[in-house]
Amino acid sequence: MTRPLRVLVAKPGLDRHDRGAKVIARALRDAGMEVIYTGLHQTPAEIVAAAVQEDVDLVGLSILSGAHMTLVPRVIQGLREAGAGDIPVVVGGIIPPEDAEELKKAGVLEVFGPGSSTEAIVDFVRREIGGRVNALG
Amino acid sequence: MASAGAEPARRAAEGWAERLLAGEKRALARLITLIEERDPAASDVLRLLHPRVGQAHVVGVTGAAGAGKSTLITALARELRARGPSVAVLAVDPSSPLTGGALLGDRIRLGDLSTDPGLFFRSFASRGHLGGLSRAVADAVRAVDAAGYQAVLVETVGAGQSEVEVSELAHTTLVVLAPNLGDDVQAAKAGLLEVADVFAVNKADLPGARETAGEIRAMLGLGPARPWTPPVVELSARTGEGVAGLLEALERHRDFLVASGRWGEKLRRSAAHQLRDLLGEELLRAALARLEAEGSWQAWVEAVARRERDPYTLSEELARRLLAGATGRPRGEGEARGL
Repeated sequence: MTRPLRVLVAKPGLDRHDRGAKVIARALRDAGMEVIYTGLHQTPAEIVAAAVQEDVDLVGLSILSGAHMTLVPRVIQGLREAGAGDIPVVVGGIIPPEDAEELKKAGVLEVFGPGSSTEAIVDFVRREIGGRVNALG
Repeated sequence: MASAGAEPARRAAEGWAERLLAGEKRALARLITLIEERDPAASDVLRLLHPRVGQAHVVGVTGAAGAGKSTLITALARELRARGPSVAVLAVDPSSPLTGGALLGDRIRLGDLSTDPGLFFRSFASRGHLGGLSRAVADAVRAVDAAGYQAVLVETVGAGQSEVEVSELAHTTLVVLAPNLGDDVQAAKAGLLEVADVFAVNKADLPGARETAGEIRAMLGLGPARPWTPPVVELSARTGEGVAGLLEALERHRDFLVASGRWGEKLRRSAAHQLRDLLGEELLRAALARLEAEGSWQAWVEAVARRERDPYTLSEELARRLLAGATGRPRGEGEARGL
């Protein structure tokens, strides 16, 4: 039996607006997923706490501020320390390609740049995360 | 379940329960996921937790959309944590009936409480079935109770039929109102009067709050005298003013339940409810398995569909036969039909 995927959409750091994150959250919801949305200005520790307590299948981080190289590794490290290193992390926002490569090496499953369509993101989540969850049964 | 798999499954459940009782939030969170999935592994863990359940004060929080339930729950959780008790919040929001998806935003107000070791917060989507949901939430309440959380705040979807279920689940039902919410609230008040143990009139900084509180007090005064008269607390969850008073009202209600013997009564009623629920499910599963095994299930379905048998009489007959412990398969089809 398939169950709805649970996805955390979080905004770490000091971004001043969350339009992009809200558009993604809405698109994932419309694709039948349960989206936990935490709002602006989350610390990595708060994101880790939310991911653990909500037992999500995926953490999506939206970062526009340019602080992704410090914030993302902290979230990944925090998840590992909380025994939740198996929860995959994707990142969206303004991320230069060379940084994207670095982040993937650091354990990020995928990076979505400014040109990514919501359809492409929904398809990715369905295919990659839906496949894993339903394989675990 | 195959007996070969039973032993490892039991050991896995024991390890799981141990981690949960040791305070590991991931173990608790994963258990709640399995509860929502109605996975049999959840029962394996819950049966081990049963002796630990029954300590927490469970407060159901309900009220019209826009009354400020989420903000109030966060304020209450903050006040509780400042005083010491650990808190679990279970927040239910509706799923989209069209896509099954849900946007769960109740954590937005948590802020730094999110990382407080003494707080556990879990969002639920209603997944389109309130009955089944209340079962999942009831088991989730048991899980956080066993995990040692001293206060459990359960927030439910708007006003509607779910209040009744909340009052089944909770020791104390808190109804949240706000001034100027209009006719919906007026209509809802009558039903809410019966289930509320404590009223909170939120947004007390807005005009009309005093009047709303006065109206409720007047309506409560009209009814028959009761051993517990629900207090009406005016507060502002946004500024925090009056939240301490609300917490004290909730604690007074808990003390009233204990002193009057109603706490124990509630435990028994909840035990009866749960046992009836699980027994019903177990009996149905056993009955269907028996009918499938003896190969008569399809024949009965056909007979009802063709209007040869009526389902009312047939279900009574089948229940009587299965409970009498009839064994083996019927000897012939004629006999089965003549049952």
